[in-house]
Amino acid sequence: MTSEERIVIVGNGQAGIQLIDSLRREGFAGPVTVIGEEEHFPYQRPPLSKDYMSADKAASPLPLRAEKFFAENDVDSRLGVQVTSIDRSGHTVSLSDGSTLGYSKLVLATGAANRELTVPGAEASGIYGLRTLADAEAVQAQLEAAGTIVVIGAGFIGLEFAAAARKRGLAVTVLEYADRPMARALSPVTSAWFAEAHRGLGVDLRLGEGIASFATDDGGRVTAAVSTTGRAYPADLVLVGIGVIPRTELAEAAGLPVANGILVDSAMRTEDPDIFALGDCANYPSHHAETRTRLESVQNATDQARHTAKSILGRHGDAEHYRELPWFWSNQGDLRLQIAGIVQPGDETVLRGDPASGKFSVFCYRKGRLAAVESVNQPSDHMAARRLLAQERSLPPEQAADLAFDFKAYSKAAAAAA
Amino acid sequence: MAKISFHHSDGNVDVLDVDPGTSIMRAAVTNGVAGIVGECGGQAMCATCHVYVRPEYLDGLPEIGDDEEEMLDCTTEERDGERSRLGCQLKAGEAFDNIEVDLPASQI
Repeated sequence: MTSEERIVIVGNGQAGIQLIDSLRREGFAGPVTVIGEEEHFPYQRPPLSKDYMSADKAASPLPLRAEKFFAENDVDSRLGVQVTSIDRSGHTVSLSDGSTLGYSKLVLATGAANRELTVPGAEASGIYGLRTLADAEAVQAQLEAAGTIVVIGAGFIGLEFAAAARKRGLAVTVLEYADRPMARALSPVTSAWFAEAHRGLGVDLRLGEGIASFATDDGGRVTAAVSTTGRAYPADLVLVGIGVIPRTELAEAAGLPVANGILVDSAMRTEDPDIFALGDCANYPSHHAETRTRLESVQNATDQARHTAKSILGRHGDAEHYRELPWFWSNQGDLRLQIAGIVQPGDETVLRGDPASGKFSVFCYRKGRLAAVESVNQPSDHMAARRLLAQERSLPPEQAADLAFDFKAYSKAAAAAA
Repeated sequence: MAKISFHHSDGNVDVLDVDPGTSIMRAAVTNGVAGIVGECGGQAMCATCHVYVRPEYLDGLPEIGDDEEEMLDCTTEERDGERSRLGCQLKAGEAFDNIEVDLPASQI
């Protein structure tokens, strides 16, 4: 890259903003444009379903970077504008304000959109998704007057919100069509523990019960959620958290290969050598999952951004393959879930600690090797697991299960020896 | 209002006046104090808001919690047994009314 070449980043979420930071840290002094479709300055999304939903009036969005970051780093930040198309042969993008922008390298950090319900009544007022600050502000404004909440979907977002709503003293029902919560991300053991924990907090968690329709009043406002069993659950407010769809439409229209995300190689490069994709919208060959995958997390966005900066600038040396260990967290009220690695169906699980104590970890083994660790209110195990798995080290199941075995010291020794 | 002074390794100092309830991390990120990242949004997951609290301000700080304890073991710059804290866990009005911290040279 020469200093005359422009890098254009589509999307100013965690991935896009970290990429700017990393490009400048790597010494790229040329022009950088970042395009965000929201009017807001870029902010952090994870707190929106947690702290932001508390009754505490001081809650306010946390910026990803201060406003002056953009001036100090000479970043051309376009807010409230969408990219409408990519002209790959001409190396330009068209924007919704009618302008056209040339690029030398283009980065798609377009993120994901909430999956929407299509059941009868889904267009009623009082039914919300939760992704943007605008979503969160709308929900927060309604919570004050709400008494009864129905959450559709027992995933991370749904349960984080449910726990926050319970803390505010609201009646909460969660409808989940699967037979256990967070089924896509968690082992059955941990999943079952969370089901009981939420029930203990007073959440009416309905498993194996999906949403069939919504009842509304004359004004078109939701009054109840009717489940697949025919039962009606009264609702002043409904929150829908049924997963996301990667924002691939620009890539697709430009003829780039897409399959559950924009397909990239291990340098985050698409089929077009001048176009990259990363974060929630990108489907990449995962070293740790040993298959292609697409992840939705802060760690994934920021680590891939640091990697992409080097890919763009040709700074990898012999480390072109992205192989950072994925990790995740979800704070559901005071319940703290942390995951190191990617849990997959069929993993053999070994318990460390007693779930009844409220503090334990589940070690997930695949083909006889440690592949992932889920920790509940057990941050020491989580950090030890991150250290160990990052070195691609395993440990015998007997030791994992033995509380007298010093897992933290073992992981530190493994990291030190690397 | 409470006061936070951030001492950079090059000798520069950023001084901020903040509202009660504002954490050191939030104050730094909102105002663009270089050297504090706050990647996880204040959830004690990432250790990118590591600060060294100046000794005269250590009294009165809340105990280090389990999460913070583990993250402090993973900071990029070496942990100081007395002075290292996560900025996201120290809030104005609760932990301090006036505090001075030194920033590590690197967070990542």
